[in-house]
Amino acid sequence: MAARKPTDKTSAAKAPAPRRAPRQRSVGAHVPETSKDLKQVALDSIREVALRVHQTANAGGLPQIQMPQRNLANVKFDKKIGYFEMAGNLKTRTLDVNSVKTFAQTLRLMALAKEMVADEDFATKREAYYVSKNWGDAKFGEQRESDTVLDDIEGMFSIHDVTREELRFVPEEHGGSVVGALTVIDRDPETHEPIRSDCAAMGSGAYTIPSTVDHLGFETSAEFVLVIETGGMFQRLNHHRYWRTANCILVEMGGVPTRATRRFVRRIAEGLKLPVYAFVDCDPYGICNIYRTLKVGSGSSAHVNRLFCVPTATFMGVTPQDIIDFGLDDATHPLLQVDVKRAKDALKNDPFFQAQPRWKSAIKQMLKMGVRAEQQAFAKWGLNFVIEEYLPKKLRETKSFLP
Amino acid sequence: MAARKHATAEEMAMAQKEISVSEFFAKNRHLLGFDNPRKALLTTIKEAVDNSLDACEEAGILPEILVEIDQLEEDRFRVVVQDNGPGIVKAQIPNIFGKLLYGSKFHSRRQSRGQQGIGISAAGLYGQMTTGKGPRIESRVKRGKAHRYEIQMDFTKNKPLITQDEELDDWHQSHGTRFEVTLEASYQRGLRSVDDYIKQTAVSNPHTSIRYKPPGEEEPRFYERAIRDVPDRAAEIKPHPYGVELGELMKMLRDTSSRWLSGFLQEEFCRIGPKVAKEIIATAKLGERSYPTRIARDEADRLYRAIQKTKISAPPTTCLSPIGEDRIREGLMKECDADFYSVSTRPPSVYRGNPFQIEVGIAWGKPGDDRLEVDDKGRIHKTKKKRGATDTEDLLGNADEPVRVLRFANRVPLLFQQSSCCFTKSVIQTSWKNYGMSQSRGAMPVGSAVIFIHMASVWVPFTSEAKEAIAPYPEILKEVRLALQEAGRKLGVHIRKGKRVTNEFQKRSYIEKYLPHVGIGLQEILGLDDEDREETVERLRESMETTRKI
Repeated sequence: MAARKPTDKTSAAKAPAPRRAPRQRSVGAHVPETSKDLKQVALDSIREVALRVHQTANAGGLPQIQMPQRNLANVKFDKKIGYFEMAGNLKTRTLDVNSVKTFAQTLRLMALAKEMVADEDFATKREAYYVSKNWGDAKFGEQRESDTVLDDIEGMFSIHDVTREELRFVPEEHGGSVVGALTVIDRDPETHEPIRSDCAAMGSGAYTIPSTVDHLGFETSAEFVLVIETGGMFQRLNHHRYWRTANCILVEMGGVPTRATRRFVRRIAEGLKLPVYAFVDCDPYGICNIYRTLKVGSGSSAHVNRLFCVPTATFMGVTPQDIIDFGLDDATHPLLQVDVKRAKDALKNDPFFQAQPRWKSAIKQMLKMGVRAEQQAFAKWGLNFVIEEYLPKKLRETKSFLP
Repeated sequence: MAARKHATAEEMAMAQKEISVSEFFAKNRHLLGFDNPRKALLTTIKEAVDNSLDACEEAGILPEILVEIDQLEEDRFRVVVQDNGPGIVKAQIPNIFGKLLYGSKFHSRRQSRGQQGIGISAAGLYGQMTTGKGPRIESRVKRGKAHRYEIQMDFTKNKPLITQDEELDDWHQSHGTRFEVTLEASYQRGLRSVDDYIKQTAVSNPHTSIRYKPPGEEEPRFYERAIRDVPDRAAEIKPHPYGVELGELMKMLRDTSSRWLSGFLQEEFCRIGPKVAKEIIATAKLGERSYPTRIARDEADRLYRAIQKTKISAPPTTCLSPIGEDRIREGLMKECDADFYSVSTRPPSVYRGNPFQIEVGIAWGKPGDDRLEVDDKGRIHKTKKKRGATDTEDLLGNADEPVRVLRFANRVPLLFQQSSCCFTKSVIQTSWKNYGMSQSRGAMPVGSAVIFIHMASVWVPFTSEAKEAIAPYPEILKEVRLALQEAGRKLGVHIRKGKRVTNEFQKRSYIEKYLPHVGIGLQEILGLDDEDREETVERLRESMETTRKI
């Protein structure tokens, strides 16, 4: 067995006490009582943008719309704030021959949004694309085009603090899966009756995070949230009812977490004051994409990171050091060229890692070792080694988790 | 086997006799452009019209030409060419029309259409040979009576026989000549047809009015003149020293009446003054006072070489009568409705001592296409093209066809042997891509364009007596190329602007297409009424268009 770290500091005191009487906590819907106002805010924002175009036109000017630039170069990271903030570079689109098509499509999608907000309906990105097929010349040729315009609209309205979800455009994919000591309080879209889903009563299945989560309420007695990269590991922990043993909530991300998943975890973390621990593969993708996006958001959605990230999340594993500590060195794969590039890119360009000396040395360590390890590599020591040895040992030292 | 009997010199001498020009022609009529019935018709008309125009211009008369073709039988046509020229003195009529190589222009170094004095009599001869009937000529000089002659030609003696000689009391014009001939021919329309020739003549002679009645049509077509002044009559010049070959030089030395060599050079050539004469003679190591008639073969050779070595200024260009840029433009505009015209007249130049001048005109534009016009406010309008002359299509081709080259020598259209002509070579050698036309390597440029090329010269170097193509002297090739480049540059500016406007129009169509949707979007969001929406869209369109430059 691999050497163990000395654990003589505070670990004894901090050791989890799973048998302690569960403490019940709850949080309501994000702003359920003010949803009328939210609706009004969205409608007002749409009207405001359109009105400015109208006024500029009638004053003989060329209308402009502004939106934030959406890339990693336009974000900054401050540990105190905890997520990627927009650096404030705005992109201005003036009506001219090159932009007239996009301009027209933007306004027509805004008109669609207005209608959907008023009717409390929604459209997936694909549906929005099909709606355009009725616009004659202004229709979109491919969904890629309408997605781009939708992203632009989202950016535009983020300036007015209105999200894409509030404009009633929803992503195609749903969020991740949830099991554990959590009750989700939803409401029936038709009758508005509350619906309670007990995530501990899902049998061998799991609760699926819907594409919008702000209307949900929560109740829990859990101690922490464990966010897991792969479906395989999630199944193992669920099958052995690890959430019951450890009194926690398990969330499966399935790769880079969707916005809904991030928002869901964020609301639990914030509203229920639960710590969030990430458990992903030890490779540049797991660290630099999955974990980074969960914690601080991404460059391309910089304008909404404020809402769609979990700044309190910490990185439990698998760390490069875990490979050594848990003797996984012969269960690794060499880093591919794309992995190395991704890692170096993170060190060079990603403001999050640049602000974290511990991360810098961890990534450098991984590059030096030249290998990556998957969550499931622990199966080398036995299928349930991860439950019996790895997780308890790691969870005794949550302070040592990477930021 | 008995050996074949060979002819003796004496026997051969019995068969050796003079060949008359007429006989020669009868056997070699293709050399003069009578190879086939179709071409015979054209050549006949061409020769008659050339003569008419030369005569009118020489007399300072604005030409009015009538050309009539009547089909008598399937392969038999009567051709009438009538002018309002000065007329021909009675005594000269039989010789001019009935004798080959009889004319006023062969010996003169003056720019004219005719050169050798073969054409019109050859036409008469051809008619006589194919139909048995000789030409009929009516002519009247000012303040004289009109005469009618009918002529038969004696092939062997190259002499006219007058078969009818009549004085006409009443003639329909105060002066002029009417030439009528019946010949075996065939009439076709299209390229290289009589129609084509008449039209091109109207282009290169915008001061001429032509009435042309093709067979089967009741009323003559009228090609009205665009300019009311007769071109300046070209002056006659002495030969330029550079253009004279050794044999000719020796002949001139023998024939001169000058008594001193220096005097000979100054008298017989243009551009030689005392100073240049002295220089030539010094270079030739001859005496200024040598008798020209006594200069021997090797001395003449030295003189010839000395002339080539001496710098002598170019011949005077008063002997040239270019059409002129304005007239070329008028001529093209009159007969070829195009979007743009670009013309260029080069300064005179010299080949082999013969002055010449090259002029080029380009008519460019797609017939039948809609054109884009930019108004004062910078808006672009699409207008249906105005239809011009009914047979515009004859000259301007489609945008995907090779350009049409119209070749002229002393205002006479050249219709045949295009590919062996110096002008065509120059067009191909010019890089038209620089001027916005497409062109494959070694080929004519492609585009809806007509290229007009004119050479004015006292002596046009045709490749054959049929006067169909111009010999490719390097000097001529170069001048044509330079003229094409000049006109091409002007055209290029226009084409590029046209492309810009087209481009801009497409962009604005784009605005037209999508701007209404901006209106619809605004209407749906803000609940505008239709009028407000229309107004907003119109405002936006104005703002967008005024900010765009063309």
